[in-house]
Amino acid sequence: MSQGPTPNPGFAAGSESIWGRLEPLLSRVQKPARYIGCEAGAREPQWGPGKVSWLLVYPDTYEIGLPNQGLQILYEILNERPDAVAERAYAPWIDLEAELRAHGVPLFSVDTHRPAGAFDLLAFNLSAELTYTNLINCIDLAGVPVRAAERGPDDPYVVAGGHCTYNPEPLADFLDFVVLGDGEEVVSEITEVMVAHRGAPRETVLRALCRVEGVYVPSAYEVTYEGQRLVAVEPRWPEAPERVEKRTVADLAEWPYPKNQLVPLTEVVHDRLNVEVFRGCTRGCRFCQAGMITRPVRERPADQVRTMVAEGLRRTGYDEVALTSLSTADFSGIADVVKGIIDDPACGGNVSVSLPSLRVDAFGVDIAAELQKGRRTGLTFAPEAGTWRMRQVINKLIREEDLYEAVESAYSQGWRRVKLYFLTGLPTETDEDTLGIAELGRNCVELGRKHTKSPSVTVSVGGFVPKPFTPFQWFGQNTVVELQRKIHLLRDEVRKNRGVQMKWHDPRASLAEGLMSRGDRRLGRVVEEVWRRGGTFQEWSECFRLDLWEEAMATHGLDPDWYTYRHRTEDEVLPWDHLSAGLHKDFLWQDWQDSLAEVGLPDCRWTPCYDCGACTGYGIEHIVASATPPAGGSQGTGQDLGTGGLLPPVLAEAVPVSISAGPSGAGAGGAA
Amino acid sequence: MSGIPFLPVVKVRLRYSKYGKVRFLSHRDLARIVERSVRLAGLPVAYSEGFSPRPRLHFGLALSTGYESDAEFFDVDLDPSKGDPGAVEALPGRLAPCLPPGVTVTAAVLLDPGTPSLQEAVTSCTWRFELGPTDDAAASELAAEVAGLLAAEQLVVTLERKGKQVDEDLRPLILGLSFERTVDGDGVLHAELGTKPRSVRPAELLAAFRSSPEPQRVVRTHQWTMRDGQRCEPIGLVAPSPHAEVRAS
Ligand code: SF4
Repeated sequence: MSQGPTPNPGFAAGSESIWGRLEPLLSRVQKPARYIGCEAGAREPQWGPGKVSWLLVYPDTYEIGLPNQGLQILYEILNERPDAVAERAYAPWIDLEAELRAHGVPLFSVDTHRPAGAFDLLAFNLSAELTYTNLINCIDLAGVPVRAAERGPDDPYVVAGGHCTYNPEPLADFLDFVVLGDGEEVVSEITEVMVAHRGAPRETVLRALCRVEGVYVPSAYEVTYEGQRLVAVEPRWPEAPERVEKRTVADLAEWPYPKNQLVPLTEVVHDRLNVEVFRGCTRGCRFCQAGMITRPVRERPADQVRTMVAEGLRRTGYDEVALTSLSTADFSGIADVVKGIIDDPACGGNVSVSLPSLRVDAFGVDIAAELQKGRRTGLTFAPEAGTWRMRQVINKLIREEDLYEAVESAYSQGWRRVKLYFLTGLPTETDEDTLGIAELGRNCVELGRKHTKSPSVTVSVGGFVPKPFTPFQWFGQNTVVELQRKIHLLRDEVRKNRGVQMKWHDPRASLAEGLMSRGDRRLGRVVEEVWRRGGTFQEWSECFRLDLWEEAMATHGLDPDWYTYRHRTEDEVLPWDHLSAGLHKDFLWQDWQDSLAEVGLPDCRWTPCYDCGACTGYGIEHIVASATPPAGGSQGTGQDLGTGGLLPPVLAEAVPVSISAGPSGAGAGGAA
Repeated sequence: MSGIPFLPVVKVRLRYSKYGKVRFLSHRDLARIVERSVRLAGLPVAYSEGFSPRPRLHFGLALSTGYESDAEFFDVDLDPSKGDPGAVEALPGRLAPCLPPGVTVTAAVLLDPGTPSLQEAVTSCTWRFELGPTDDAAASELAAEVAGLLAAEQLVVTLERKGKQVDEDLRPLILGLSFERTVDGDGVLHAELGTKPRSVRPAELLAAFRSSPEPQRVVRTHQWTMRDGQRCEPIGLVAPSPHAEVRAS
């Protein structure tokens, strides 16, 4: 980005469309429609001298990336600015990548098919750890040096945002900077810095970016190790803050985006209108990073929801809308909002409404009944754990009777299939807890038999991977072998019952995910090596290669057990300690101790604030229309923490976690 | 004709072209796009009965992903009790803003009750294969090959069907074949391929050439039906397709 004879050298240098070179290649690849763009709602990008050009990249396929709302929101906000232009790109599938490399064609935007290298910024959305190798691959396909330190004055800046950036350390070598938290405001501030420093040396620009709140520049920090242990991450420039705080948009009502949701021409996931009804969640599930890092709860005003739905349906021609959030049934007055949409003539009559997550109680099913008037096929619930004790540990306070009521209510109202989501490998999990999953499944089938001849219950089981900025960030995750054992144990139990099916995720992927989730900068060499050896699309089971990860760890003398299976101590420096999601570390530690003591924590939306830091630290607060919790069982009130399972309420003193330095199979309180 | 007579269901047939980037859409993609466009344009589409009612749209022969066309068709049933369908001539204009660039509705007509479906009615399609710059040697080889294929009594190709190798004679389904070279020196093949009892895919024809030509573009220019013993299109074009002129230059 040096000051050249033309105001925007990046634009002048090879920014013509590569469509002519791409077109013949598309005849040879699967699903070529994902590379043509042409979506309804796509902006005609207004390039111009002096504008800061952003290429927003989703490092997975178009089908997965196109619906991403975060990316679409930034796409609109940037294109509304007179000093910015934004286009989009997605990871080419393996067949097209081979063609691109064979013919020397770079990664391209789908809007105008400009080469990625012609943009000022390559901005990645990071939603999953297993896409890290794809990120590196996209940088390389753009013709940009993959290591930030090797980039020159004319190379784009590589930036990442999204949930995974709360521990970006494994990608520190590849990213020029990182954005923590909500992107709506900070993209504009970054644009202004880029305008003000156009042509300046990279370090000058990065130093200026350090001053933008929510921006983290990895190269501005010095990392010190003592042997295996990380001992410090400290700023090396005066501009770099000791701790980088996340950004939080105080009021969603000011950001009614996306206004023109993109309508793809080919099939994608979540192919429907999506309207975000609130951001943040304070239910406090201890395994859930999304809930912890997006606090506090910020509801969109119900009127704005209605307008966005009506306008969105009219513009897009969709006949389905999803009201999205981490727990939509908690939206104040959700029943009225849903009814309003279904009855609103402005919404055209034939509209179906869906909620991505259903609350586990009869109230949740009543809403679902309102939504699905016609054919009722399947309903999904997420009790997450098989026993009340386990659910107290993870603070997912669903009583068994609430689940049964919900399931019975579903069958009695005509549903035939129920799907239940669970995690295994949770802290303190015993075989009794694991087998409790089978029992819940069996009991649900029994309830179904009262209403239908052949009820079907599917239990879906995932291996738990601890995430930064959750109370479980100190927990040594279960080994692949242990997860496999639990899954087999459960599978054998489930098989005894007709009517219950079981699905599970490959536990081997949890090792690679765990390495990235809580790894430090030393893992950069590992990600790079896995990528160099062809390990892309690692979140696709047909592409996942555990051997590559294990070999790369060995090559670089790193111990996977130490990174994933080891419990962390209270005084240990965590690789993300210089970053902040607002949450006080001592709050998280206390919640971890409470978890081990099987003590629940109520939802602070409807009970007094316990000062986790997410509001208090930033001078913001919840925006919740209704001060009373929604009706319903345990999920409704959030208060009845002591009741529930077969066990009496446990309000014991916190017990010390049993710490083992080596790999742990059964978890912190290990009883298996 | 100004306005559709009030009837329980009005059947309309539309013709469209598909050019440019959208040629990479699959038949299925296009069907979904058309479905959304009629909804967006506010046409009073009739819906099927049952648990999950679908708009009553009927598509003709699939066009393979990657090919372009001047002659694609779909039928739609409109329900005047749900709203005024307006003049049939206005439909192309109403749909235009609701379709992606490159998909253009070029004609619309009312269908007489009892008109056979597109699938049934179409007996052959004409294709244009644009081969790009073709030198004299290649041109004479292609011309000779065309003559040879036309002279052949039969043309047996081996196809894979339900996991089995089947021999089929292509020759009866090649209803026309010619080669020309444009003034710019580009080679072009024209072929009319039958659709009964089965559609010959353009790729099968190309595979029958020893020189295995690799066209830059493949365009369906016509679909043909028989009416009163005459070969004619499901809907004629009043004016030639706008693309046809652009492409000829
Ligand atoms: S600061 Fe208080 S009110 Fe805000 S999320 Fe944390 S506990 Fe809840």
